[in-house]
Amino acid sequence: MTSAGPGKTSYREALRAALREALLADDRVFLMGEDVGRYGGCFAVSLGLLEEFGPERIRDTPLSESAFVGAGIGAALGGMRPIVEIMTVNFSLLALDQIMNNAATLLHMSGGQFAVPLVIRMTTGAGRQVAAQHSHSLEGWYAHIPGLRIVAPATLEDARGMLWTALEDPDPVLIFEHGSLYNMAGVLPPDAGAVDIDSAAIRRPGTDVSLITYGGTLGTALDAAEELAGGGIEAEVVDLRTLRPLDDETIMASVRRTHRVVIVDEGWRSGSLAAEVSARIMEQAFYDLDAPVERVCSAEVPMPYPRHLEEAALPRVPAIVAAARRAVG
Amino acid sequence: MSPRRKTPAATETAAAPSPEAAHHAGLLRQMLLIRRFEERCVELYSAGEIHGFVHLYIGEEAVAVGVNQALTPDDAIVSTYREHGHALVRGIPVTAVMAEMYGKTTGCSGGRGGSMHLFDAKTRFYGGNAIVGGGLPLAVGVALADKMRGRSRVTACFFGDGAVAEGEFHECLNLTALWQLPVLFCCENNLYAMGTALARAQAQTDLAVRAASYGMPAWAVDGMDVLAVEQAARHAADAVRGGGGPHFLELRTYRFRAHSMYDPDRYRDKTEIEEWKRHDPIDALAARMREAGELTGDALAAIDADLAAELAVAIDKARGDPLEPVTDLTRFVYSPRRP
Repeated sequence: MTSAGPGKTSYREALRAALREALLADDRVFLMGEDVGRYGGCFAVSLGLLEEFGPERIRDTPLSESAFVGAGIGAALGGMRPIVEIMTVNFSLLALDQIMNNAATLLHMSGGQFAVPLVIRMTTGAGRQVAAQHSHSLEGWYAHIPGLRIVAPATLEDARGMLWTALEDPDPVLIFEHGSLYNMAGVLPPDAGAVDIDSAAIRRPGTDVSLITYGGTLGTALDAAEELAGGGIEAEVVDLRTLRPLDDETIMASVRRTHRVVIVDEGWRSGSLAAEVSARIMEQAFYDLDAPVERVCSAEVPMPYPRHLEEAALPRVPAIVAAARRAVG
Repeated sequence: MSPRRKTPAATETAAAPSPEAAHHAGLLRQMLLIRRFEERCVELYSAGEIHGFVHLYIGEEAVAVGVNQALTPDDAIVSTYREHGHALVRGIPVTAVMAEMYGKTTGCSGGRGGSMHLFDAKTRFYGGNAIVGGGLPLAVGVALADKMRGRSRVTACFFGDGAVAEGEFHECLNLTALWQLPVLFCCENNLYAMGTALARAQAQTDLAVRAASYGMPAWAVDGMDVLAVEQAARHAADAVRGGGGPHFLELRTYRFRAHSMYDPDRYRDKTEIEEWKRHDPIDALAARMREAGELTGDALAAIDADLAAELAVAIDKARGDPLEPVTDLTRFVYSPRRP
């Protein structure tokens, strides 16, 4: 197994520990997806689990996203607690019918009779030069859909702790793991366990501007906050954690402290999650704002392959710092 | 007349019918229930009492009734948007199905689904699915759960010939065969995907051949003959239940009415429809029963009168049943209880 070094845990290992714990704790839990077993997972998250839990519970599937996501929904209806892994969010579009028309909708269409306790994990995001069909951040689309709960673990604690809570949820939960995070490593307390999947978190307190972000850009926002601090601007960094439903309370409380907002979102700007957060701030905290809400999003272009163009397309520290300085004035 | 019915004792007394005759009478009654239910739906739709999409099963009744004979209460059904027949024979009360047509809280989906989305947890009826092919993956999963838990159950998955053109059909037949899951695939081939004739959509129109290529037993059945459907379904369901992996039945049938209430039915030749009506599954069974002396005098009219009364009660009840208050609009989006 991959190791993050002595005393350290990687994001990948935290996810794996969560999977292992769930498989040990509940015999209804199983993992299903492309290459989750013998290959060890496309991103090596499930490496070693096949050997420990066997092919019934670490279930390799054909490249049939719609069938195996739908099978996860059906198995959830049948009393199991499936975890379905989709390699990347771009591939999840092949299963969008099942996610939207079945997972998100069955409880409602059946008048409350059929809940779907399903967890879907998938990789999202750019930064690895894998071009325009493996790099997008479409979690904002999923966050549009009533009936789904959308979470984005950005820290080791959340990578370790969100899965169990998601499995306990009676409704479908989609977990978006940013591809740039798998190798992130740090010290995870030995007693790390389940965490809530309802609230946003303040990752760095500040007084001058709120940097609101999630997932893969949390680290970027924290770096930007560090740089801003060097220039005398104390930025508060809010990690949304749960993208649907949004934790309006934590967002608005931060806005009321700082009166200035920069939203950092790796999705495309138009119709983005950043747009939703911005609109909610306008609706709920307009008179607390001292400056227009700023957004730093991905450029509206399919992700290019060359490093310099990919970097230019993504929300990076200089753009965040510039936006924060504009807001602070 | 069958020879054994010629004895005076059998004709002159009101002795209990033979088990076979009683069975046939039950099948006839179920097919008539579907037919009369839907005929009333047409009236109610035209009168503006029920709305939305209503897809009629008239002509295809032998399929639902015959397949249902092979299922036990523990088995599951995954169905389509043309599912009134499947729901009624599965045992969802007529009152609950009718109330659903009216969008009332007493409907089998609490009024939230309507004609295309009938659900019932008690009878493991996993819904009318209105995305063509969209139910197949669900059936795979329901069967997977049964298999993983060691439960000896069958999931009957209904879909039409149109679904054969969808990728989900091919993904799911492969997956069930690969994992040897207990699914009974029931392809209701009524020859038209809405307005597109099978031969205009499929290079290979022998659908059982398509299914067999995925490595499962598959054969075509006369879907207008309820006894043939029952026999095939029993054979297939027994094999599925016994661990024989998925089976596929191509049930060759025909809808006598248009695709939906909006459909002007311009794509079918009227003589073709008339020709198929000569194979009406209800007429066919009734004729067979008459020939065997199992249906005499005005017995058919008596069943009809009985059903008419039952439907009248269901309609009256549905009319009076409550609508959900608008204050409940966002119910059933998430489960009420979370940990």
